[in-house]
Amino acid sequence: MCETTVAAMAGKPVLYYWDARGRMECIRWLLAAAGVEFEEKFIETPADMEKLIKDGRLMFQQVPMVEIDGMTLVQTRAILNYIATKYNLYGKDAKERALIDMYTEGILDLSEMMLQVVISLPEQREAKISLVKEKTKNRYLPAYEKVLKSHGQDYLVGNRLTKVDIHLLELLLYVEELDSSLLAPFPLLKALKSRISSLPNVKKFLQPGSQRKPPPDMKRIEEARKAFKF
Amino acid sequence: MAGKPVLYYFDGRGRMESVRWLLAAAGVEFEEKLLKTRDDLEKLKNDGSLMFQQLPLVEIDGMKLVQTRAILNYIATKYNLYGKDMKERAIIDMYTEGLMDLDEMVLYQPYLPKEEKEGNLAKIKDKSRNRYFPAYEKVLKSHGQDYLVGNKLSRADVYLVKLLYHVEELDSSALANFPLLKALRTRVSNLPTVKKFLQPGSQRKPFEDEKCVEAAMKIFH
Repeated sequence: MCETTVAAMAGKPVLYYWDARGRMECIRWLLAAAGVEFEEKFIETPADMEKLIKDGRLMFQQVPMVEIDGMTLVQTRAILNYIATKYNLYGKDAKERALIDMYTEGILDLSEMMLQVVISLPEQREAKISLVKEKTKNRYLPAYEKVLKSHGQDYLVGNRLTKVDIHLLELLLYVEELDSSLLAPFPLLKALKSRISSLPNVKKFLQPGSQRKPPPDMKRIEEARKAFKF
Repeated sequence: MAGKPVLYYFDGRGRMESVRWLLAAAGVEFEEKLLKTRDDLEKLKNDGSLMFQQLPLVEIDGMKLVQTRAILNYIATKYNLYGKDMKERAIIDMYTEGLMDLDEMVLYQPYLPKEEKEGNLAKIKDKSRNRYFPAYEKVLKSHGQDYLVGNKLSRADVYLVKLLYHVEELDSSALANFPLLKALRTRVSNLPTVKKFLQPGSQRKPFEDEKCVEAAMKIFH
């Protein structure tokens, strides 16, 4: 049985990851949107990682890991699904959940491509960036614009805020960082972006000083690559 | 729209096999539309059935669902194979996601170019024997129960058993050091619905041979 820290037992979830976006950022977003305060323990050296592994707290020797409600959870989707269920951001029934899952998975596929750009070797980067832009423009953004157009509602599923609206906002911000012209042909997505950004918890998270992580710093990535061997 | 789920895929395991296993284990009859030509795929793309122009696609309860996890989550919920509460669901999700990471390497193996096959196979052997199988053996050892979570069959057991068979096809002694995994596999395989699915003539797909891979490539490339 994996141990849980004192901080976690006190109530706040504790997030274990590098001080970077990576695969933990979507979890930070969801907790923030749900108005849940959380603590972070940053992995700084290979020794930090080795300790977590040696202590048996990482089921597959990988992070993200979140201590929450007495559980030591790994695997991004397991963590996201639990948070969404607990804070009522997962739809009202199985059918809404199915749509939320379908929409979320598309977002995660594109996010994965973006993550691959960040961690890929410098010589592969340009080709990967082209691929991301192409998929964003031709596959993913049109699909979500179409959903919003089909029902004319303010949120993607069930006329109320769910996890997928938060995931989509995060993605749209990254698309904008990559190339702001990509969003131009999608008025409903732009409107959703404004609307969700204005929700009090989200607005707070978007402000400087929050636990939101900045864009990746290529120098730091290369240093991390050497230290952690990826 | 009551009626059988309809699965759209090519005639191979790929990403649809876990869906077939779960439906079968739940005792749910399903139909399959097996795509044979690129036109079959274009037709689905053009009629708006594929949200991201990708398969798998499952028509179920009036929905056209794509994305394997969305499909599996819905089936697991509907047929009570997803734990009794949100904490059990979290554990099931954690276990299932680990299996999916391993499966990602396994399901691609037949489709890799010749020069990449050996490397991938080595990775599968290493990860299954050193990371994944020990993790699940440890779970079973920790509680001594018949199933991974909540002392009851869940989607995690079904997925694990599927992978145990598939990894063993690639690495015949993979399970040698994992007695509890072997026992789980036997136990789950003897459940009436699973036993039926394991028999010849079921909708279970065989390991993809060159002919199957060629046919699939024609549709997608």
